[in-house]
Amino acid sequence: MATYLDHAATTPMRPEAVAAMLPHLTERFGNPSGSHAVARAARQAVDDARDAVAVALGCEPGEVVFTGGGTESDNLAVLGAHAASGGSVVCSAVEHHAVLLAARSLGGTTIPVDPAGVVDLDALSDALHPGVGVVSVMLANNEVGTIQPLADVVAVVRRRAPGAVVHTDAVAAVPWLDVATSAGPADLVSVSAHKFGGPKGVGVLVVRRGTRLGPVLHGGAQENGRRPGTHDVAGIVGTAAALTAAVAARPTEVPRVRALRDRLADGLRAAVDGLVETAGPVADGAGGAGKVAGSCHVLVPGVDQEELLLLADHAGVCASAGAACASGALEPSHVLLALGLSAAEARSAVRFSLGSTTTDADIDAALTVVPKVVEQLRA
Amino acid sequence: MSGGVDSSVAASLLADAGHDVVGATLKLWGGASDSGCCSVADVDDARRVADEIGVAHHVFNFTDDFDASVVAPYVGDHSAGRTPNPCIECNRHIKFGTLLDRARRLGFDALATGHHAGVDGDTGRWRLRRGADRAKDQSYVLSMLTQAELSQVLLPVGVLTKAQVRAHAAERGLRTALKADSQDVCFIRSTEGRRGFLGDRLPLHAGEIVDSATGAVVGTVPAVELVTVGQRRGLGVTVDGRRLYALAVDVDARRVVVGGADAALSDRVGVCRPTWVDGPLETGARAVAQTSAHGPTALCTWLGDAVVFDEPHPLVAPGQTIALYDEDDNDTVTGSAVAA
Repeated sequence: MATYLDHAATTPMRPEAVAAMLPHLTERFGNPSGSHAVARAARQAVDDARDAVAVALGCEPGEVVFTGGGTESDNLAVLGAHAASGGSVVCSAVEHHAVLLAARSLGGTTIPVDPAGVVDLDALSDALHPGVGVVSVMLANNEVGTIQPLADVVAVVRRRAPGAVVHTDAVAAVPWLDVATSAGPADLVSVSAHKFGGPKGVGVLVVRRGTRLGPVLHGGAQENGRRPGTHDVAGIVGTAAALTAAVAARPTEVPRVRALRDRLADGLRAAVDGLVETAGPVADGAGGAGKVAGSCHVLVPGVDQEELLLLADHAGVCASAGAACASGALEPSHVLLALGLSAAEARSAVRFSLGSTTTDADIDAALTVVPKVVEQLRA
Repeated sequence: MSGGVDSSVAASLLADAGHDVVGATLKLWGGASDSGCCSVADVDDARRVADEIGVAHHVFNFTDDFDASVVAPYVGDHSAGRTPNPCIECNRHIKFGTLLDRARRLGFDALATGHHAGVDGDTGRWRLRRGADRAKDQSYVLSMLTQAELSQVLLPVGVLTKAQVRAHAAERGLRTALKADSQDVCFIRSTEGRRGFLGDRLPLHAGEIVDSATGAVVGTVPAVELVTVGQRRGLGVTVDGRRLYALAVDVDARRVVVGGADAALSDRVGVCRPTWVDGPLETGARAVAQTSAHGPTALCTWLGDAVVFDEPHPLVAPGQTIALYDEDDNDTVTGSAVAA
């Protein structure tokens, strides 16, 4: 069995989610938009899921919009808010491509980050003016794990661009941060089910009451017209079950995983000459300038990430680095370049990410394999 | 694994022979492309063939190296009036350079490609041979290889004809069995051509065409940098009913010198950057030269800084590779050099 340390890419489904979904993949097949008994049963399942998601994310059920995933939530947020209100678009330089490229398609401006990956609030303030319509700053970075000071971001936006809609991509944050609180000040919040033990292809966009949002897709009246298309009932039910379980597990999971993560990071630093944690070590204090508990992103000087990952893979350790292009080739990470790293440094980066199924044995395996691999590659 | 049938079959033959094979596809070009080894559809084919033969497959991003070692020199050569062969430079620097280095670091014993050529080494020294299929022979584009590379290179399809390669792929159920061969330079789109590609990357200069016989200006060209020595087509110059060839390109002077068929032959070509499969030829040694991928061969004498042909030979454009074969065994590569 492989040592899986790529939970930030996707994490195994929680058993609660699988169990909740199965009936909707079999006998409970109804279309929730109908009116007969079979349809009503499906409708109830979606409504129950919506209630549960609202509790977990600290919003009203009517503020939950189910989508086809994190990328779709991000696009709906940026494109939909812009479509409804106009104005210019501003986002941080370390956003996921789903936000970055959506913003770029609207001629958006990006705000630099410091070497730890924290958005520069002064630069943000300077970039804002009453003509700004959408501001998007992620809650936690998917590559290096940096947590953004979202409350401060929102305060700056309210002062300098009072009409702007604030979106936060919370996709990488859900297993680790209390999104209900830390994303509380944002008008729009994206999450993706498969990052917290739900199925792939389901996302949520929280749309706070009063936030104007145009549709990006055109079609039926589902999700109040904001996201037309027949509901993925099983996926939505699985999302709610996984999210409820993830939130319940968070108080014990975060310290457990953080301890494993620290052991991995400390062990790698001790065993591999020159290895450093990207964007500095983890600082405490969720919501402050720390990193999420599951993220161990490192730079291995003199080693090419493609080579390290291939040998680690062949030795049974799954990790990753940056984003892949359509061919599957790794591209220099825009996040690392935004942190001020050179292209060569970015090519030495490897991301280990931990999750709810990570055990001591996984860390042991990584600490055995990775130093050996690095030694071979540096020989 | 480029996603073509030759490298598919190379991988399949080695996997079937029991080797521990890992497929690698190189992402070489970040820009627009419609052929060659860089398109996503080709990577998909390579990955699916790897699945079909049951081996792991990885994509390596060598775009920076490719840009520095192949594309930039290609542009630079043209700006100096030379006509390089980027496929040979890719073989030299990328496939049998960067990739072979990586394969060694990763602990592999050998690098296999789908080239139609042979490597054999009965004596502990390695020989580079023409492929069994003379029409598909690629020994010319591998002629820069030396013992250092050949000792770790396998060319499994070199003993097969192309028809046999396709038959093997079909029999093995590989999806690339009927795929057309790649053509042309992988980083240049057919819609933009060499002119469009280079025009985006360097200033192209119009120039005059001068007749070598009379010194008279007999025409103009829109871009001196795009003229290849030896070229006749496309110059649009006839003098007294003679079709003229480009004899020399002088970018600085914005001038192309042309002449008749006799002037477009020479018994001597200056060379640089020689490489040797197994030690250098001595000055004065006899050899067989081949000056293009599938061109005719010519008996010659090696002079160290020049090749002298026994018979007058069509001009070799500066930047083109001259592959040298054994005088007594026209199937064995001796070395290579680049026309100066």
